[in-house]
Amino acid sequence: MYMFKYVMKRIGLLIMTFCIIMVMCFVLIKMLPITVNIQMGQDANIMYNRLEALGYIQNAHQLANGTWTYDNVPVMIQLGTYLRRIFLEGDFGMGINMPEYRYQPVLDVFVEKLPPTILINIYSTLIGVPIGLGLGILAALKKNKWQDQLINVVIILLISLPSIVMGLIIQYVFCFSLGWFPLIMNSGYNYFSWSMFRSMLPAVFSLCFGSIAGYARFTRAELTEVLTSEFMLLARTKGLTRGQATLRHAMRNSMVPIFPSILSEFVAVLSGSLVIESMFSIPGVGRLYLDSINSLDYDFFMLLSGFYTLVGLAAGIIIDISYGFIDPRIRMGAK
Amino acid sequence: MQENMTIPKEKFEFVNTGDLSHDKKLSTKPVGYFQDAFKRFCKNKGAIFGAIVIICLLLFAIIAPLCTPYTVSYRDSRYAVAQPRAKIFENTNFWDGCEARNMGRHDLTYYLAMGDETGHNAIKNQNYTEIEPGYFSVRLDSVHKVGMIYRVFEEADYLAIQQYQSNTGRQVIYPTVAEADRPVALQDNEDANYYFKTEGKNRTDIVYDDNGDIIPVYYTYTLADGEQAGDADGYHSLRIEGEDGVNGDGKVYYRYAIRNQTGYECRINYYEYYIYYHTVVLQDGITEPYFIFGTTGLGQDIFTALGSGARFSFIFALIVAAVNMVVGAIYGSIAGYYGGKIDLFMERFSDILSAVPTMIVITLLKLHMGATSQAIVLFIAFFMTGWIGISATTRMQFYRYKNQEYVLAARTLGAKDGRIMFKHIFPNALGTIVTSCALIIPSMVYSETNLSYLGIINLSTGNITSVGTLIAQGQQYLTTAPYMALFPSIFLALMMLSFNLFGNGLRDAFNPSLRGSE
Repeated sequence: MYMFKYVMKRIGLLIMTFCIIMVMCFVLIKMLPITVNIQMGQDANIMYNRLEALGYIQNAHQLANGTWTYDNVPVMIQLGTYLRRIFLEGDFGMGINMPEYRYQPVLDVFVEKLPPTILINIYSTLIGVPIGLGLGILAALKKNKWQDQLINVVIILLISLPSIVMGLIIQYVFCFSLGWFPLIMNSGYNYFSWSMFRSMLPAVFSLCFGSIAGYARFTRAELTEVLTSEFMLLARTKGLTRGQATLRHAMRNSMVPIFPSILSEFVAVLSGSLVIESMFSIPGVGRLYLDSINSLDYDFFMLLSGFYTLVGLAAGIIIDISYGFIDPRIRMGAK
Repeated sequence: MQENMTIPKEKFEFVNTGDLSHDKKLSTKPVGYFQDAFKRFCKNKGAIFGAIVIICLLLFAIIAPLCTPYTVSYRDSRYAVAQPRAKIFENTNFWDGCEARNMGRHDLTYYLAMGDETGHNAIKNQNYTEIEPGYFSVRLDSVHKVGMIYRVFEEADYLAIQQYQSNTGRQVIYPTVAEADRPVALQDNEDANYYFKTEGKNRTDIVYDDNGDIIPVYYTYTLADGEQAGDADGYHSLRIEGEDGVNGDGKVYYRYAIRNQTGYECRINYYEYYIYYHTVVLQDGITEPYFIFGTTGLGQDIFTALGSGARFSFIFALIVAAVNMVVGAIYGSIAGYYGGKIDLFMERFSDILSAVPTMIVITLLKLHMGATSQAIVLFIAFFMTGWIGISATTRMQFYRYKNQEYVLAARTLGAKDGRIMFKHIFPNALGTIVTSCALIIPSMVYSETNLSYLGIINLSTGNITSVGTLIAQGQQYLTTAPYMALFPSIFLALMMLSFNLFGNGLRDAFNPSLRGSE
């Protein structure tokens, strides 16, 4: 019950924070003038009428010299319209300025862009977690021997290497010099074909090297701490071999903080791969976000900002909440 | 035994009469918190290495822009994508300003002819190896491969160049080629490297004589009696190796310029013209095209750009770190010291701020403030979330120390809140704050690099550039000129590595619980 209360409190706070940020964001965005790029062969009439129907502007009409004027709708009224449309119709607006997504519902485009981003993160977690944990366990078991020192050097190198540099090295060495992978990701929607998987790998590697180092460092620190604690001595005294004691007692206990960190890393990486997505031309959410910023497509910007804010907030509370679920000794919020 | 018992009382004496040892001052030197931290920091080899590398990078950022004549705004599109060249590697095949290139007979002749005419070898030492019939492997000099260009000068400039030629003995203007003899439909119609006979559809196929040599087709004219050489074009400084502008029987002269409506169209060696232009006309200290780290796709000198990018990054990061530290420390002190409702309210506020993604902040600021003040946008964005970490550590230290006896004693003696906060409690937090500042700097450079790379922030306006911009530019040439991204990447990686090592060393040194465990 305490746990339930605690979770509810955290989620409530999350929702409150999220709402405040999004309202601020909306107000700031709507204070800007609407940029409408009417292109060749496009009817300005339709465009302005559509914007008016969406409730973004009012009294749109054409002047004698051919330019359009309109009055601004008060921001709070726009916010009301926006929220009503989201909650009643599930409509997050439409694309205006990006030619490829013009007049398309932003939510559909967003959902369409999600698979590459999520897939790359899943692959990167699948590769990164075993290697990272393995390295960390090895380093902890061989503490202060040469294996440990070697792993430590590798960890500090991998952590310090910025993902841009890592991406460039991978792109140059594996994609260009050795030619093992294509330089950029294949286009198309067949995400589970072999060639698509192969073209995703450079980006996956660029992402997972950093997290490998993070997991390894964390695991090493946790495991060394557990290995030196007294119940390990007890386990050996009651007759367990070193392997048994390590596997059954030390590993399980050290997983308590490691597992939540994996979860939160997975969530956090969703928002952290903008550079990698743009470097390897991955048609994911990050690219869409950058495009929406560059072309001032506000509906896209709002939706994606909400997405990234939510991801960041969720990554924060996942750690705290999952501690309580994994380890029965920890019941947060218990008095 | 009996005898022993009867030792007279006077014979006993106190070991330490007079000076009592517990009143003595300790003869060893007291070791304070910071001294101890410094001592333990010095024992950490990684941290010392990090500190040395940081100092080197700092020196590079300070010195590099000073010791090169180039500026960030310098651009020369003809020397764009020039390979890096270091003078000490001149005689090796590495870092010599040349790129390995395989080419056919036509290109080989084209580049060899450049060196034959001017002595500035486009192909290193005029050496080439035939890897298969009609296909050659050479090392192509990125500077000299530009060779000759056509350029129209006004009369004053034309005369000034001749004056320069007479004074220095360096030839800038070379005999020109009649328009009828030039290849047509060249991509670059300023390309003046065809001074030999050509044929074919676009007249780019080279005609060889019986020995396999090229046949020069300089624009010549004959002099009537009594006429001075060069009068026709106003050219008085005739100098071509061995021939002194005279061709054949002493009556036929090379023509050095073709007069048209705007001036004199000359065939100039771009390398020599570059030297002339920078030493005589601009006088900006550039004596020759010499790019130790090569040039970007726009023709910027990477060494200079990297130096000033590094300088900008350091200054910017230090300012942001300092501001964050001050604000974070004050905020955290207040929240931690007063606690209760004030703390709760302040915590909520910083929670909300820290949840706003930096990307959104920067985008919104950029849209509202325009593109002119991007450094300020970046500053505000980093400031908005940067101080929260520091305020959290400070707050924690305050919670730890505010109820200790010595604080109570100070309060009993009448110390005001401000004095207790900053004189008694705050110094305890200083170590952790310094550490987090050391770790803020690389993370800021890192985010700045990412944002420049993504094109969200564009700091390379005027005389500023940033490491991220250089990397982004370099990535476009990754397959053809990998050095372009290499140097900025090395800089960034070294910086991150050294600051991480340094910061970790600081953290361990300031952590008293680790004392003696190393």
